[in-house]
Amino acid sequence: MLRLSVPVRLVLSRLTLPVMLALSLGMIVAGQANRNIGIVLRGAVDEALAPLYRVVSRPVDVLISDRNALGAWIGMHSEVLRLQAENAQLKRWRSVALALAAQNQSLKSQLHFVPTPTPAFFTARVIADVGGLYARSVLVTVPRDSHGVADAIAMDGGGVVGRVVQAGVRSARILLITDLNSRIPVSIGRHGEHALMAGTNGPAPRLLFWPPARPPADGAIVLTSAEGGIFPDGLPIGVVHYLGRNDPAVLPFAPMDRLRVLRLFEYQRGFDSSSSKASEGFVQKTRP
Amino acid sequence: MITMVRRNLWLELDRLARASLPAFAIIMAIVFLGVPGLFPAVAALRDTFTVMSVYFWTLYRPGSLPAPITVVLGLFLGLLTSAPLGVWPVLLLLIQAGVLASRRILVRQGFILIWAALIACMLMTSAFEYCAFCILDFTVLPISPIFLQVGLGSLLYPLLVPLLIAAHRGPAAPELA
Repeated sequence: MLRLSVPVRLVLSRLTLPVMLALSLGMIVAGQANRNIGIVLRGAVDEALAPLYRVVSRPVDVLISDRNALGAWIGMHSEVLRLQAENAQLKRWRSVALALAAQNQSLKSQLHFVPTPTPAFFTARVIADVGGLYARSVLVTVPRDSHGVADAIAMDGGGVVGRVVQAGVRSARILLITDLNSRIPVSIGRHGEHALMAGTNGPAPRLLFWPPARPPADGAIVLTSAEGGIFPDGLPIGVVHYLGRNDPAVLPFAPMDRLRVLRLFEYQRGFDSSSSKASEGFVQKTRP
Repeated sequence: MITMVRRNLWLELDRLARASLPAFAIIMAIVFLGVPGLFPAVAALRDTFTVMSVYFWTLYRPGSLPAPITVVLGLFLGLLTSAPLGVWPVLLLLIQAGVLASRRILVRQGFILIWAALIACMLMTSAFEYCAFCILDFTVLPISPIFLQVGLGSLLYPLLVPLLIAAHRGPAAPELA
């Protein structure tokens, strides 16, 4: 073993912190110069932790599931669960009705309706919340045989939740619609006015660039728009709610703070090459 | 002779385990606070817990969190919380540098002053964090989450400190090995 004299050890111990600080600052510069470094490292960490998260989240799932919930031992809790289920069902039907009304309106305006290709999908379990102070994202498991889930659209029973921004062999990172960097083209209400839905890190993403002559109506349904080529037309997201004067936001149908199981739809596979090219200019950014 | 070597080996392993407890606990907290389900938005505590732990261990047992380990912790936290690469190592090292510089004065103070110093430390860290995120993302971010984080950390510290002190005096003390 290498033996060092006391003065050398003292100098080394004093130099460690400044050297590490310089190294960390170098990491920031390197991360900005080549964003792939961050993406590759983040992917590696996600992949390494995915099996652990899968194991750890299982007891939690069992604990909070309807049949085994701690609260279910208390008699009153079952009634709350029943009402919650009924409420969720009613909300689902409401979103279905609003979506059908919007679709019906758009169908009436078209002579030849071309249906959207049926996308491939699989169900994924949320295994970790990987958001931070200025990020809203979750990690989900993906089956081993799924190829290229990048850009797949994540939905829960209520509506759109986000989009896959990074996919590995075992896991995929989903940028939620509430993330500050999320920008999704949407159409609003029965007439399908276009706008941009921008995440704020809060529970209700804001609506931007809506036509000034026709402001979004309070309670109108917000659906995805095919502009940009990543999202297909007509997936339900939420309803319009005014946070203040001229400040419309979207209340998502999906419970964004209690995501457990998601469906990942691979619409990109069904799209033609022209729309794939269009997707290159998509406005949704990924965090570096 | 063999018994002696074996005993020394166990002793060294015990010392190593005790010395690495703080870093291990922080890593476990970063990982397990991300498990969704039991409490909503519990993942938001990851940054706060890490800052508080680095502050505490640097103040009371600086040898347990050497700078290279702090860099690894920061890197891990940054990668898991989608923060720009390298920001968290710098923030944690700045906390460490600040605490080490004022350690001789701080360590003799009572709980209230140490708590106040932590709040000041968290405010400065959050200000750095905010500036770094704004510059690296080329955007003006909302400032309210920063105050929320500092407020949360300030309230959480008195709850967490008995656990940290118990660990400091017991399982994280290599001299007890």
